[in-house]
Amino acid sequence: MYPLMLTVNGTVHDVEIDPRRSLLDLVRETLGLKGPKKGCDHGQCGACTMIVNGRRINSCLSLAVTHEGDTVITVEGLSEAGELHPLQQAFIDKDALQCGFCTPGQLCSAAALVDEIREGLPSVVTGEVGVAMTNEEIRERMSGNLCRCGAYNNIVEAIRTVSGDKR
Amino acid sequence: MEQSTSKIIGEPMNRVDGPAKVTGRAEYAGDHQVEGGIAEGFIVEAPAAPGKIVALDVADAEAADGVVSVLTYKTVPQQKPYGSPEDEGRFTQSHAVLENDRVRHFGEPVALVVAETLEQARYAASLVRVEIETEEGVFNALDHKDQAEKPDSVDGLDEVDTQDGDFETQFSQSTHKLEVSYLTGAQHASAMEPHVTVAQWDGETLIVHMAIQIVASAVSAYANTLGIDEANVRIISPFTGGGFGSKLGVHNEAILAALAAKQCGKAVRVAQTRRNLFANGPHRSRHLQELKLGADASGKLRAVRHSSLASMARNYPFAEAPASPTRASYAADAIHTFHRMVKADIPKVDSMRAPGEAIGTLTYETAIDELAEMCGVDPVEFRILNEPTQDPTSGHAFADRRLLDCIRTGAAKFGWSGRVKPGSRMAGRKLVGRGMAVAIRPNTLSPAQAEVKLAADGRLVARLDMTDIGTGTYTILTQIAAETLSMPASQVLVQLGDSRFPETAGSGGSFGASSSGSALLDACAKLKSALSERLTESGVSANAFAMKDGRVLANGKRIELADLIGAEGLSADGAVDPDNHAKGQADYSYGVQFAEVEVDADTGEIRVRRLLGVFDAGRILNRKTARSQLMGGMIFGIGGALLEESLMDDRFGSFMTRDFAEYHIAVNRDVPDLEVHILDGYSEHSNPLGSKGIGELGICGAGPAIANAVHEATGVRVRKFPVHMEDLLDRLPAV
Amino acid sequence: MKPFDYQRLETPEHLGHVEAGRFLGGGTNLIDLMKHQIETPDVLVDVTRAGMDRIEERGDAVLIGSQVSNTDLASHPLIRRDYPVLSSALLSGATQQLRNKATTGGNLLQRTRCQYFYDTARACNKREPGSGCDALDGLNRFHAILGASENCIAVHPSDMAVAMAALGAVVVTRKRDGTEGRIPVTELHRLPGDRPDLDHVLDEGELIVAVELPASPPRLQSYRKVRDRSSYAFAVVSAAIALDLEDGHMRNLRIALGGVAHKPWRATKAEAMLEGKMPEAALFMEALEQEMADAEGHGHNDFKKILAPRVVVAMLRELTGLGGN
Repeated sequence: MYPLMLTVNGTVHDVEIDPRRSLLDLVRETLGLKGPKKGCDHGQCGACTMIVNGRRINSCLSLAVTHEGDTVITVEGLSEAGELHPLQQAFIDKDALQCGFCTPGQLCSAAALVDEIREGLPSVVTGEVGVAMTNEEIRERMSGNLCRCGAYNNIVEAIRTVSGDKR
Repeated sequence: MEQSTSKIIGEPMNRVDGPAKVTGRAEYAGDHQVEGGIAEGFIVEAPAAPGKIVALDVADAEAADGVVSVLTYKTVPQQKPYGSPEDEGRFTQSHAVLENDRVRHFGEPVALVVAETLEQARYAASLVRVEIETEEGVFNALDHKDQAEKPDSVDGLDEVDTQDGDFETQFSQSTHKLEVSYLTGAQHASAMEPHVTVAQWDGETLIVHMAIQIVASAVSAYANTLGIDEANVRIISPFTGGGFGSKLGVHNEAILAALAAKQCGKAVRVAQTRRNLFANGPHRSRHLQELKLGADASGKLRAVRHSSLASMARNYPFAEAPASPTRASYAADAIHTFHRMVKADIPKVDSMRAPGEAIGTLTYETAIDELAEMCGVDPVEFRILNEPTQDPTSGHAFADRRLLDCIRTGAAKFGWSGRVKPGSRMAGRKLVGRGMAVAIRPNTLSPAQAEVKLAADGRLVARLDMTDIGTGTYTILTQIAAETLSMPASQVLVQLGDSRFPETAGSGGSFGASSSGSALLDACAKLKSALSERLTESGVSANAFAMKDGRVLANGKRIELADLIGAEGLSADGAVDPDNHAKGQADYSYGVQFAEVEVDADTGEIRVRRLLGVFDAGRILNRKTARSQLMGGMIFGIGGALLEESLMDDRFGSFMTRDFAEYHIAVNRDVPDLEVHILDGYSEHSNPLGSKGIGELGICGAGPAIANAVHEATGVRVRKFPVHMEDLLDRLPAV
Repeated sequence: MKPFDYQRLETPEHLGHVEAGRFLGGGTNLIDLMKHQIETPDVLVDVTRAGMDRIEERGDAVLIGSQVSNTDLASHPLIRRDYPVLSSALLSGATQQLRNKATTGGNLLQRTRCQYFYDTARACNKREPGSGCDALDGLNRFHAILGASENCIAVHPSDMAVAMAALGAVVVTRKRDGTEGRIPVTELHRLPGDRPDLDHVLDEGELIVAVELPASPPRLQSYRKVRDRSSYAFAVVSAAIALDLEDGHMRNLRIALGGVAHKPWRATKAEAMLEGKMPEAALFMEALEQEMADAEGHGHNDFKKILAPRVVVAMLRELTGLGGN
C-alpha cells in the first residue's frame, strides 16, 4: 500500500492505496464518487474523463499513485453550491444526453475544451490563423468521448450555447 | 411562467432525469453501494472452444492476495439446466453458467474469481490455468451452407418464409433483372455502459442491481436458472446506460454475480470488461443476403426474392429477419422471402437495434436503388411508383401509412434534384454523391400495467417496472400523467425499474413508450374518473377539472384534495392489451433518409456530409427526446454503413475486434449536422396514445442512403457492409 | 495487473539509484498493457517528475524533454511554426485526453495495436516469443507490408514518430551507468526479424531523456493520416513529408510512412529518385512504386500497397503545387 494525498473537487484526501488502482477506481471505489464512469477501462471511450491540474485525461489509464499532490475535478465538482454549471444546464436544455452514461465524461471534456480554446491550444483542424469555436473544432475535440446513443449534435449545440456563440 | 397543463404530451420538455444525469447522481447498476462492502468478481474466459475442460487449476488464484472464492463448474451452487424449461422464451429460460466441463463458445466463462478488490480479482484471474480439448466447431455459416436449416421462427415476424405470387414467371418476364448478394458484418450493440450486476442475498431473497432493458423477464431468468420462486427475486434498475438490444436478456455476469454472492455470503459485483462483452454479450450475426429483383420497362416491380443466411448460436434460438422490410415496403407481383440459419459454436446471437430492418433495409434499399438505375427511373420516383395500397404480403390494410408524405417532404427539404452521373461531382479532391432510401419498421404493442397514486398534497407517483435506457421514458410518462390528470408535470414522480412495480414488457423493439405509456394513460384515466366521482359526491359536478398544489380546480371552485381523497390518497391501476389494437392491420413506422457523402479521390476514405431524415411515427410524445432518438438512430446507421464490424477469426471462432479501437462506432467528428423532420401524426389504430415506435426507426434507411450516395460519388456498387476505403480504392474514377 | 513496486525518478542523474524496471511516462499504453497482463513489470519507475518536461531551443537544434506531453509539444509556438508536420502528426493521434497524458518518450515506445498481441489466447511472437504469429494468416488489415518477417507483421502505431522520422530527429538517452546515447529516430525501432519481442534498440534500463530536432528543417511539410473514422482511430496508412523547393527543384526531401511497417518507414528509395528533380506526377508515382517493389501483403492488407503510394503522391502534388490533376 502506498500513501497518496490529492485534492478532488476541493477536498483533500489522504489515503493508502494499492499502486495498481487507477485514478478512476480511486475516485469511484475508494472515495465513493460514482459520477465518473467506466465505459471501457482502456482509454477508448472517454466516460472516465476527469480534469487533472486543469487538463482532461482518461482516468482509467492513469495510476492513482502517480497523482500525488494533484488537483482533480470530476463531474461532481462542476456544479458549485448546488448551482448547475452552465454546461450542465445546456446539456439538459439541448438534450445533449440520452442514457446519460457517457455524460459525466462529456461534461468534463466540454468544460476543459472551453478552456483549451480560450488558451489557444490547437487541434488537428485548427488552421494557421488560430483557434475558433467552429462546429468542426468542437466535433474534433469531443471525439474522445464516445456516445452510443448519438447525442453528438446536441452536445455540439450545448457547448456552443455556453461558449456564447449561437451561430 | 405558469406551465399550461392542458397540452403537455408532445411538448419538447426537458428530460426530468436530466439534472441527475448531468451531476453524476443518477445511479447505474455498477454505482450501487452496499453496506458492508461489495466483493468483486472477474471472469476467466475459455481460451478455445467448442470443447471440454480437461484441466482447470485454480490453486494459485485461490492463494492470491484478497481472493475470497473461485467459482468453477466443480464448486458452483446448483442451477437448472441451461435452456430449461424448453417451452419458455430465450430471455426467461435458465442461463446457467459454469454448468459442466463443456465449453460452448470462445470466451465463455470457465471460472469467476471473487476478491476484495477489482485489482486483486483481475490479477488472480490471470493465475487460473485452464486447458480445453477442442473439437471441430462451426463458426461461419458461409462455410457450412449445407447445414442451413429453416428456423422454427424468426424475430418479429409471423412467418419464417413467404411466397406470394409466382416469382419465377414474374422474374423471367421482367424487363430489368437484378441478381445481387450482400454480406453484412457481425455487430455488437456497444452500449456505453458495459453489462454489470451487483447481487446480494437477504435470506432466500436475491436482490439484484443490474443493467437491464426488461425487468420482468430477468426475474424469470433468475428464477429459472437458480430454481427459486420469482417472488424471491428483486431486481432494481432505475438507470440503464444504453441497451440497443444487448440488455434485453440477462447475460453471464448477471448469473455469476448471484451465484458468487451466494457462495461468498456477501454482495458481489461482476462487471463485464469491454473485452468480455465481445464474447459474453450478444451480437448481431453476419448475414449473407441474396436478392433477385425484376421490374418492367416503366420501373414497376414485378418480382422480388430475398433470402438470408446467418448463424444462430447453438442452443440459443434467435434468428434475425433481414427480409422483414422486403415484405412491406413496395408492391410487386411476386414477393418471396426466406430465412435460413446455421447453428454455430459462437457467442449468443440476439437482437441489436432494429433487428431485421437495420441490415434488411441496408441491402434491399441499395438493391432497389440499383434496379431504379437500371430502369432509368429516379430513385425517388421509383419508390412513389411502387407504393402499395395494402400490405404487399399479408394483404392487410395499413394502420397508418404516410411514406409518400415522408418521401416528398424529404426530397423537398434536402433539395433532391435527381441523380447525376456517378463519379461526376467533385469538391476539391473529394468525390461527392447523394443517395436516398426508405425507412420502415414494424410497430408493435406489448402488454403493460401501471399504477398511480395521488397523495393529498397533490403529488402523483406513477410506478411501472419499465426501464429508461436513454429513451426518455421517465419524461414521456411524466407528460402523459400530467396531461391526463391536468396537473403540473413538476408534481408527477415516475418510478421505474423495480420488479416490485407493475409488469411491462420493458424497453425493446420500439414498443416501450407506446406500451407503458398506454398502460399509464389507462391508470391515469381511471384515477381521473375516481376523482370525478369523489367530486360529484362532494357536490361539485364538473366535466373537466385541473389539479395544482394539492387543490382541485373545477367550475371555478378550489377544493382541497385532502377533503376529497383523505390522508390515504387515491390509487388506480391501468393496463393495455395488444389484442385490442391494430388487429388485422399492418402497422409500421415510416421514414425516408437522404444522404450526401464525400469520398477522397486518392484514398477512398468516406465521410458523411449531410444526412436528412423525415419520419412518421404517429403521435410524438416529446418532440425533443424523439428527435434525439431519431438522430441517434441515424448515427447508428452511419456506423452500419461505414464503420462497424466485429471480425471473427474463423480458425478459432473468436472475435478479434474486442475493443473500441478495433470496433469502430461513430465519433463526434464522423457526424455532420443532422436534419430531422418529424411529421405530425396520430395513429389511431396503433394504441390508445396514437404513437408509434421511434427508437429504431432512425437507423432504418440511413445506411443504404449513405451507400447509395457512395455509389453516386464513385460509380462503385459495394455489396458488403461496412463499406471501407479498400472496397473503392482500385475502382475509383481517375480524376 | 501483477503487483509491482512503485518508484519515482527524481532526476535522470539518479537513474543508477532506482531499481531497474519499466519506465512509466503518461502510461496511456503501458497501464493498459499491464491490465491485460501483457506487460508484467516487477518495478515501475515513474519518470514523469524527473525534470524532463521542457522544450529548449538551442542553436543547432530544438531539444524536447522526453516527458513533454503530446499536447504541449503539438501546441508549442516553435513547433507550430517550424515543425508543423510534427504538430499535425501529434494532433492527428488519439484524443485531447490521451495527448494530455501521453509523453514524447512514451509515444515513441508505445507498442503495437495488433489484435493478436492484445489477445492472450492467441499466438504472438511479440508477446510470447516462439508461440507463433496468428496474424499472418488471420485478420491483418492493419498489418505491415514492408520489412515484416514470417515471425511478425505488426506495425508501429505512432503518428508522432513518423513525423520525427521525416524530420531527422535524434533520440537522446541515458544509461544506468550514466553514459549518454544518441540514436536517430529512424534507428530507434527495429524490424521484427526473428526477435519481434524487441521493439527497439535501447538497452535494458536505458532512458529516453530527450528528442532533438535539427534546426532549419525543410520548409514544406505535411502530415496525412488515412483512417476509417474521422478522428480517434489508428492510421491505416500515414505519411509525413518534408522538403524544400529551390528553383523548382526538390531538395532535402524526406518521406516517412506510418502504418506499413514495424517502425516508421523512411522511403529512402523514393527520396533518392526524387531528390533534386523537378516535381512531376508520373515521376512521383514511379518513385513510390519503386519504394513499394518489395512490399508484401497478407490478404486483408494488400490494399495498402495501392494506398500508400497514392497518399504520398497526392501529398507531393499538393506540397509542390502540382495540384490535383
